[in-house]
Amino acid sequence: MAEAIFEVFRGDREGGQPATYRVPIAPGMVVLDALHHIQAHQAPDLAVRWNCKAGKCGSCSAEVNGRPRLTCKTRMDALPLDKPITVQPMKAFPVIKDLVTDVSWNYRVNKKIPPFEPRPGTDWKIYQEDVDRAQEFRKCIECFLCQDVCHVLREHEEMEQFAGPRFFVRVAALEMHPLDSKSRTRMLKEELGIGLCNITKCCTEVCPEEIHITDNAIIPLKERVVDEFYDPVLMLVRKIRGEK
Amino acid sequence: MTTEYETHEHDVLIIGAGGAGLRAALGALAQGARVGVVCKSLLGKAHTVMAEGGIAAAMANVDTADDWRTHFRDTMRGGKLLNNWRMAQIHAQEAPERVRELEQWGALFDRTEDGQILQRAFGGHTFRRLCHVGDRTGLEMIRTLQDRGVQLGIDVYMECTISRLLKDGDRVAGAFGYWREQGRFVVFRAKSIVMATGGIGKAWKITSNSWEYTGDGMALAYGAGAELMDMEFVQFHPTGMVWPPGVQGILVTEAVRGEGGVLRNKLGQRFMEKYDPKKLDLSTRDVVARAIYTEVREGRGTEHGGAYLDISQKPADYVKKKLPSMYHQFKELADVDITKGPMEVGPTCHYMMGGIRVDAETAKSSVSGLFAAGEAAAGLHGANRLGGNSLSDLLVFGRRAGMAAAEHANHVSTTALDSGQIEEAAREMLAPFERDAGESPYTVHRDLQETMQNLVGIFRNKEDLIRALEELEKLKERAGRVSVEGSRLFNPGWHLAQDLKAMLTVSEAVTRSALAREESRGAHSRIDHPGLDATWGTKNNVIVREGSAMMLRQSAVPELPGDLKQLVAEEK
Repeated sequence: MAEAIFEVFRGDREGGQPATYRVPIAPGMVVLDALHHIQAHQAPDLAVRWNCKAGKCGSCSAEVNGRPRLTCKTRMDALPLDKPITVQPMKAFPVIKDLVTDVSWNYRVNKKIPPFEPRPGTDWKIYQEDVDRAQEFRKCIECFLCQDVCHVLREHEEMEQFAGPRFFVRVAALEMHPLDSKSRTRMLKEELGIGLCNITKCCTEVCPEEIHITDNAIIPLKERVVDEFYDPVLMLVRKIRGEK
Repeated sequence: MTTEYETHEHDVLIIGAGGAGLRAALGALAQGARVGVVCKSLLGKAHTVMAEGGIAAAMANVDTADDWRTHFRDTMRGGKLLNNWRMAQIHAQEAPERVRELEQWGALFDRTEDGQILQRAFGGHTFRRLCHVGDRTGLEMIRTLQDRGVQLGIDVYMECTISRLLKDGDRVAGAFGYWREQGRFVVFRAKSIVMATGGIGKAWKITSNSWEYTGDGMALAYGAGAELMDMEFVQFHPTGMVWPPGVQGILVTEAVRGEGGVLRNKLGQRFMEKYDPKKLDLSTRDVVARAIYTEVREGRGTEHGGAYLDISQKPADYVKKKLPSMYHQFKELADVDITKGPMEVGPTCHYMMGGIRVDAETAKSSVSGLFAAGEAAAGLHGANRLGGNSLSDLLVFGRRAGMAAAEHANHVSTTALDSGQIEEAAREMLAPFERDAGESPYTVHRDLQETMQNLVGIFRNKEDLIRALEELEKLKERAGRVSVEGSRLFNPGWHLAQDLKAMLTVSEAVTRSALAREESRGAHSRIDHPGLDATWGTKNNVIVREGSAMMLRQSAVPELPGDLKQLVAEEK
């Protein structure tokens, strides 16, 4: 039976190194199947997160051959098998053990974002064309691959100043909800650091839900920030009124 | 040895953070309770996130003749009248309000032309009734609930497993568990506990369920003295993926059939004409699952042992719009373009109708302070659940359980924790590390799955069930001897050793109940007792612990009041 060779990171906060495993290949196999095979036959303590195994829950994120991916959707027959397949934890987050990282920072950022606030007196009539626009952002499965790949977080570790693509998608979902009445523009500028994004589109490339993160979420939100805070006419009005 | 552990205190502790747990948390919070939610995965990854088809609620937005009575009748008939009628009534009456509430919290459903929530057809529902968001309804629901809960101030303990309920005399006092990440122990003191732990599918080999669905809540409640009910009723969803091997069992939403998908065997025959000429592909899940199974067994299955499910007669854009995740799932995992050709599908263990026996109004169990909602609870669905009735169940009874748990906490004194129970729970958790050269928990789990798949599957008979009980005894012994490698730091082998205990308990309860029920009803099919039996139609199987022995007895199905009895009997 054909085999694949895996080099899987084994280690914890203190450090670690790749360990080599040989795994028999079955038709249609994905990388997560191989990791399960390793757990069942070679390393029962190999730490991996997973749930649905169908690309719906966003639990099994890792870096396969250096690329951030859902391991449940990474087909082995799409990878070169003449050299070892490397599987590493997401680099942007601290390792807990093996492929499991500490993603709790994301949950803390999420908590800062003001929730949906319906317009007073709405009759809850919403039309499909208005829903369509916001639904794209609501597809997000919180795999955090976009956070992992984003330079601002991955290389510059600006976690204090920058919320990352996932949360621009979340803000976009709220701001583009047809009945939402709250503005999060000031927050985008001052707390979530949207200005730090230099629209390289890396996040869009890795999104397993194919959300157009940069074009449909981040750029329109940046435009809102510009309109509200950098429009010369409005700036003048604010200055005359003595507002900030 | 004195065990080290941290302690947290809440009025209401909710175990499980899927739809039921989160809705319970919001219900308890609204009563002013201090609420903690414990979950085995990260927040937002529970099974609810995978729910596809929709939430059943008689809102009558599409079919204006719909009302709670029709929904009630469909649910009772789908459950072959073994349901707790009062739960079915409450569910049908309250579901529309629970859906509207989700919308008011920010959920965005697909719309009708006049701007209302769109509803689709589903198996066993007389009218188009399922409120949905394409085929990712569960994601919309869980995000809406979790964001609201977090904003309103619930404390969430993620990646934490409860291994034992602590008692103070006859009432629950708290729970003992461990952090999956670090392996350290944790104790929760609470006046009320809500079990919202979902199902038990991981005891079967072919299942749509994730690693989490190991029957923890049912086993914990049983251990604490609560009654389990209807444990023989395990739903095999008719349509799981069958190929390639790695995705076997993964769900293919019933919405494919709801949107017009058709089942055929390898000869091209629409075989549902034979099994249910009236409802055809939208018959109830028990009937469709048995039909596919029978077609395969009689040699009319597809190449990989399933049936064909075809929606490619619909325009490609329509399929991609209404079933986007199915489109991607098949394209990426099975190399099948469902807009061009059929899928191959077969039955997969999906849902548990049985569970913790609860009071219809308050979701309280037979143990003081212990409540249950959602899949972990029994009663609403009887012998078979209709698609779409699960998400509505989570909302309706999650809310009621949370409110009743808060109410209970308001009226009782603080509970006392018993260090003896805590020490024992800790010893039990650490035992697999103490044993050398024991078996791996993975091999015991694999054999358990084989046993349940082969002997306690869609079709059952006395001989198989007796053999299954013998096998389960052996597996229990083996599970008691497993050893684990490595440290307590995020160690899946150790976690599985713990989950195995719960799986074995619920598997035994399923098998004993299945052996007792000598008839075929809903999801429970006995080859040696085909057809309904009128006497069994008046009884629920109830399981309770006596010492270390599992006892089974029968309890009378609550009788319908006259007007509802007439409603259910009406021909329509």
